[in-house]
Order: sequence, then structure tokens, then C-alpha cells
Amino acid sequence: MTTNSEQPKKPGVGQIFLEELNNRFKPPEKEKKRGRVGQTIAIPLLAVFTGLIIGGIFIILTTEQVYAAFGQSFGAGLAAAWEAVSKAYSGLFTGAFGDPARMIAALQSGDELQIRRAFNPILESLVTSTPYIFAGLAVALGFRAGVFNIGAEGQIFIGALTATFVGYSITGLPAIIHVPLALLAGAAGGAMWGFIPGWLKAKTGGHEVINTIMMNYIAFRLSDFLLTGPMKRPGSFNPVSPEILPSAWLPRFFPDPIRFHLGFFIALGIAYLVYWYLFKTTWGFELRTVGTNPNAAKYAGMNVTRNIVLAMSLSGALAGLAGANEVLGVNRNLAMAFSSGYGFDSIALALLGNNHPLGVVLASLLFGTLRSGATRMQLTAGIPNDIISILQAVILAFIAAPAIIRTIYRLRKPTVEEAGVTIRGWGG
Amino acid sequence: MASTTNSQMFHKTFVRESPVRQRVMGAFFLLLALSIWFFFARSVDGSAIASFGLSTFQAKTQLDPWNLPALNTLYVLAIVCAILGGIQLSRGFKKYTNAVLAVVVGIFVFGFLVWATAGKSLNLVGLFNTTLSKAVPITLGALSGILCERSGVVNIAIEGMMLSGAMVSALVGSLTQSAWLGLFAAVLTGALLAYVHGIFSIKYKTNQIISGTVINIFATGLTSYISAKFMQVYPALNNPPTFGAIAIPLLADIPVIGEIFFVNNLFVFAMFIFIIILQIALFQTRWGLRVRAVGEHPKAADTLGIDVFKTRYTSVILGGMMAGFAGAYFTLGSAGRFDEVMTAGRGFIGLAAMIFGNWIPTGGRAAGLLFGFADGLASRMAILGIAIPSQFLLMLPYIATMIVLAGVIGKGHVPAADGIPYEKE
Repeated sequence: MTTNSEQPKKPGVGQIFLEELNNRFKPPEKEKKRGRVGQTIAIPLLAVFTGLIIGGIFIILTTEQVYAAFGQSFGAGLAAAWEAVSKAYSGLFTGAFGDPARMIAALQSGDELQIRRAFNPILESLVTSTPYIFAGLAVALGFRAGVFNIGAEGQIFIGALTATFVGYSITGLPAIIHVPLALLAGAAGGAMWGFIPGWLKAKTGGHEVINTIMMNYIAFRLSDFLLTGPMKRPGSFNPVSPEILPSAWLPRFFPDPIRFHLGFFIALGIAYLVYWYLFKTTWGFELRTVGTNPNAAKYAGMNVTRNIVLAMSLSGALAGLAGANEVLGVNRNLAMAFSSGYGFDSIALALLGNNHPLGVVLASLLFGTLRSGATRMQLTAGIPNDIISILQAVILAFIAAPAIIRTIYRLRKPTVEEAGVTIRGWGG
Repeated sequence: MASTTNSQMFHKTFVRESPVRQRVMGAFFLLLALSIWFFFARSVDGSAIASFGLSTFQAKTQLDPWNLPALNTLYVLAIVCAILGGIQLSRGFKKYTNAVLAVVVGIFVFGFLVWATAGKSLNLVGLFNTTLSKAVPITLGALSGILCERSGVVNIAIEGMMLSGAMVSALVGSLTQSAWLGLFAAVLTGALLAYVHGIFSIKYKTNQIISGTVINIFATGLTSYISAKFMQVYPALNNPPTFGAIAIPLLADIPVIGEIFFVNNLFVFAMFIFIIILQIALFQTRWGLRVRAVGEHPKAADTLGIDVFKTRYTSVILGGMMAGFAGAYFTLGSAGRFDEVMTAGRGFIGLAAMIFGNWIPTGGRAAGLLFGFADGLASRMAILGIAIPSQFLLMLPYIATMIVLAGVIGKGHVPAADGIPYEKE
């Protein structure tokens, strides 16, 4: 209402009514919207940035040479600290993307093997990202439906088990049938492992967080049993499955040592499918409604029970695909140590990507790159690659409590309520 | 909120009297009786003797082993089970059903032991000793969970706190060559991580499960990092002194019981003491009443002048200290060194034991001992040469927890405000 003191004429009733209408049904101001979208992007970026800084501080604090140099003089200490961090992060960078100088040299020499070796790091980063995409999508889909699938790790194991079994036991199939079959088997295995806690939640109210954690350990024991017993490679002393038949291998695009395989593109395709399902179909709408407000969904006539079971099964299927992708595309056999905690990392990925498939893909690329680069950093700078887990935890903490990031960078609180995670503890 | 609590209580009484449950339980007892006969008795040689050792070679008074004719014992056990099942089916044990269930399961486990030992010998004292020491981290983890969740804060970071406690106690213990200082540092580490969990879940009202996940990932990363960067490079940093076994005078000389309960290391004794303290503190003191009030209905507690935030912080930090103490068990009470991810999910079994024990300390102890027994038995299966893979035995705690959570044994009592951040108006 803009009644100015210099305008003596009062606005009429009709005018007030029209203004009210206008105010009420006015589309949200563009600025406000931009502010919100801006923060959705700014907070993850700032979280990653702050995480890297904290990682740097951590590296400095755990490097012995820095302390020795500070003992000599303050300047030498600073220089040593800078050297430690730059050495680590440049190792991380070249490990993740490759060494530009080496790439140019290889291209000039024209030697094919040299070129492949020089460009391998960046492709290897994509290979590392692939299981993260699947697993991140799994957790994100669950979050969208209001269920917390903390059991992606177990589902990955079961998916890998079933895919491996189909991969080595069925012989005489052409690749065009064998590969999809093995992938489907992986998805089915994961789906089964997700279905059980979903069903238990829907029917008995048993909280899925506890049940999926329990299912994780059941999966580990089961894999341990199968790999030391029925699925053990004949004649091997280690708990490892037989080699998967070449007809079930996910095709690789380049000769060795590049392991870049079809799985990456399948992951992107699945990410698009998940996006389409969640945001473009009625089913997806139901799933999201159940996630944001189960009571409203119930009164609108949606079947909450069915949607929860469906969400957990789909989530499990995606996680199962992550396992299948790893064994069919990279390892070509299954050993107990094949998953380096993808299931737990995926929780961070889903939240970093704001539970949106595109966000999850970007977050997966970031973490895949970091993980892949860390292997080289460990070699060149002597920084154990576990630093990535620390980074991940710090980033996740900032994403989960955006108030901290807002305090550090003095961002304003968004006017619109944030779409937080709607998972409750087992009391609610 | 009130309506859910009411319906839960209604459900609880309803379940107790339910004829369906009575029949299901009766059928289950009969099934166990049948399994004892079908799986165990049929495959045992008629003349086989199961020999249970009752004292280790260190005992002052050596007892003769307890020899049982395997087949006849199994028949007796099966018949007892069947009779109990029959009574349950016809009359029902009413409110004693759960107690009878425990007895029947106990009989089944004993039947399993007799079957496994038939024609061989098994040292019961050794088995129970292993059970006790394996139960330590599980029970302490359960106590840690109980402390947090009774005040309304879900804590799935017990695993991470234990792992950090284990690493720090090894490091500090090695540096100072004092097990006590190592233990102290572990407790402090647990408290610190719990404080972080508190800041996230109480102050910033972050989702508590995510906050727990953050701490778990962080702890795994940090401990592996320090281990790879320092402890594996300098072995002197990973060589802490350990707490040896202490024999309590006089009590330790009691046959069988003395050896099982009164010759143990610090952690086993501490476990029993903590259970008693916590049980009394939670249910007999003003402090415990406040903690439970804050966990059940924080608003009501706030209205009565209880500081909800302070109470929650205290409980969570105490829970963290308990988890840190449990972590020190791995290095100072057992292995004598730190290995990457050496807690191997014991924190999560602790969480399971908490649920299994219905958020009550003595219940947590029972669950901890049961899970520890599965753990201890699994390590002996290979020695006894049993055909069942030990992995299936190790799965049992998890499966049992899921069954309990599904409400088959009766609905447990979850603190009503568990996992819900308190919003002060």
C-alpha cells in the first residue's frame, strides 16, 4: 500500500481490493527467487571451498617438516606450510585431471601409449565417479520419498554378488544379452535388499535406518560366506569370486591402461531417468508428496505404504547397479574389499546435490575426481588418501547445517523455508 | 504426540493378551523342540558324550569336566521345549511369555552346544570368558546409546566415537606409556565428538542421523589418516601398555563362577559397574527422571523448569564418554595396538543391543551378553569342526534385532521425543 502523505486523496475501496489481489497473487519477485536459487548453489560451493581450506590446514598440522621449519624461523615455517599444501593439492589436481605438460609432450611425440597414459587420469576420475552416481541417486531417491537409505553399502554388495554370479555362471550368451542380464541381476539383488527394510517400515513401523544398518552387516556376512564358500574361485587361497566371463564385461572404449567403460554413460542415462521419474510423472509426484508430507499424501488418496516400499526397492536397485557396475566394468571379479565405502559416501553426495539427479551427478563427479586424485597425492606428497573422507565429512557437515556456512560468509537467511530432509528419528 | 503414546500403550496391553500371539509363540516353541530333534538329535551318535570343561588350566581347583550323554540330553531338552510349547498353546503363559521365550531359546542354544560338542569337548569357562570380553564394547555401546536416546538425541555415531577412542588411546598410551592416560584421552575424545554431535543436533537442529553419519565418516577418515601417516611409520607410536587381567581375592577362587566373573580385566568389571550405576541413575534419581522427561516430552519438562538443552548436552556428552571408553577396550584391553577400522561395526551392534534391551541398561547388558555369546561361539565353531558356517551365527544378532524392531516380541518403548530437535518458543 503506497499511501503518501503528499497525496491527500484516499484510494477507493475498489482500488484497495485490486491492490490486495495484485499483492496476493503476484508472482514471486524475481530477485527473491534468484536469491534462493543463488543460495542453493552458493552453499554447496562454499561448503566445498571451506572443506578444502580445512583440509589444507589439516595437512599443514600433520606435516612434520612444517614444525621443524617453524622451529627455525617464522618465514621458513610459512614457506614449508605453503609447500606442503601446494604439493598435496597439486598432486591431487594432476592425479585427477592429468599433468598438462605431460599431455602436450605426449601429443607431440605422437606415441599412442604415451597419449593414453597422459590422458588416463581424467578418464579414471570418471570411472571412479560412476559408482558414486548410482549410489548417490539411490540415497537421493530415498530422501525424496522421506526414507533414509543408510544401507546402500549392503545393497551394493548384494548387487555385486548377484551380478557376479550371473556374470560367471551363465555361459554361451552373446554380450548384447549377457551384459543387460547381469546388470538387471545386480539391480534385482539390490532391490530385494532395499525391499525388506521398506516393507518392514511400511508394515511394522520398524525404522529403516536401524533395519538398513542391520541389513548392511547381514550383507557383509553373506558375502564373506559366499566368497569363502560356494562362490570361491576354484584353486584360489583368497576369498575372491571366479573371473566374470568376457561376454558380461561392460565394454571399455580404449585399450589398456584406460578403464573408462560404458557404465559411465549408463549412469548418466539412469540419472536422467530418475529425474524424469521424480519430476515428470504422476508416480514421482506421489513419491515426493509422501516424502514431504505423508499425512497430506494419505488424505489425497495416495498409498503411502506402497510408495515407501517402492522407494526403498528402487533405491536398493540403484545401489545394486552401483555394485554391478563396479564388478562388470572395473574389477571383473568380486572380492570382499571391492567397495571403499560408496554406500556411506553416497549420503554426502545426495545431500551435496540437494537430492536432485543433476546435483547428484555433479557432486559425484567432484567426489570421484577427489578420490581418484587422492591416490596420486598419496604417492607424490605422502598424504594418505583418507584425507578425502575427512573433507567429505566436513563438507557434509556444512551442507547439513547451512547456518554455519551462512555465519562464516555472512549470507542472509533465505526468505523461503529450506527444503530440508524430512527424516525423523525413531521416536517421531 | 499424546495420541501416539496412548495408542502404543493400548497396543502393548493388547499384544500381551492377544490369542494370535499366544498361538504363534506356542507354535514357535514347538518348532524349536522339533528342530532340536530333527537337526540335532537325529545326527548324533547314540553313545556320544558331550564333555564340557569347567575350569581352565590356570584354575587352582581343577574340576572334572561335565560329561553328558548327548543323545539323551537332547531328547530331554526337546521334550521340555515341547511341553512348554503345549502349555503356551493351550493356556498361555500370559505376562510370563517373554520370560518363557528366553528359557526356550536358552534350551535351544544349549541343545546346539550339546550337539556341537557330542564326541568332543568344549571348555565352558573359556567360552563364557570370551563371551564376557566380546560383550564389553557391545554393552558399553548400548549404554552410550541409552544415555543419548533417553534424553531424545539419536546417536548413530557410537561407532565413530569408539573408533576415535581406540585410536587416541593407542596413541596417547604409547606416547606416555601409561594405560590410564590413554584411557583418559579416549574418554575425552568421545566427549569431544559427542559435543560436536550435540552442537549439530541440539543447537543447529540438524537431522541427527545425518549428524551421526558426519561423525562416523570423519572418524573413519581421521583415524585411518593418522594411522597411515604416523602410527604405521613409527611403530613406537602404536605400542600402548594394556590393562591385564585382575583376579579379585577370594571371589576368584570360587569354582567356575570365580573364573568366569572375577578374573577379568578392568573393562569387564567397569562394564558391570556402569550398568548398575546407569540403571540406578536413570530410574532412581532426580537426574534420571529429568533425562527421561526431556526425552519423552521436552515441552512439559521445559514448562516445569528443566533446562532441556543443558540436560541433552550432558546426556550426549556422557554417552560419548562411554563410547570413548568402549573404544579404549579395543586397544588397551584387547589388541594392544590400533588397526584401521578395528571396531568393525561393534558400535552398530551396540545400537542394536540398545533396541534389543528396550532402552534399559540391564536389558542392554542382556542383549550385549547374547550378542557377545554369538561372537564368542562363532570363533569356536571352526575348532569344533561344525558344518554351519560361522558367518550365519554372526548374522543372528542383526536378524534378531530386526525381528525385535518389527514388534514380534512386543512393542518396545522408544523415548517419545527421540530424534526430534527441541524448539524453544
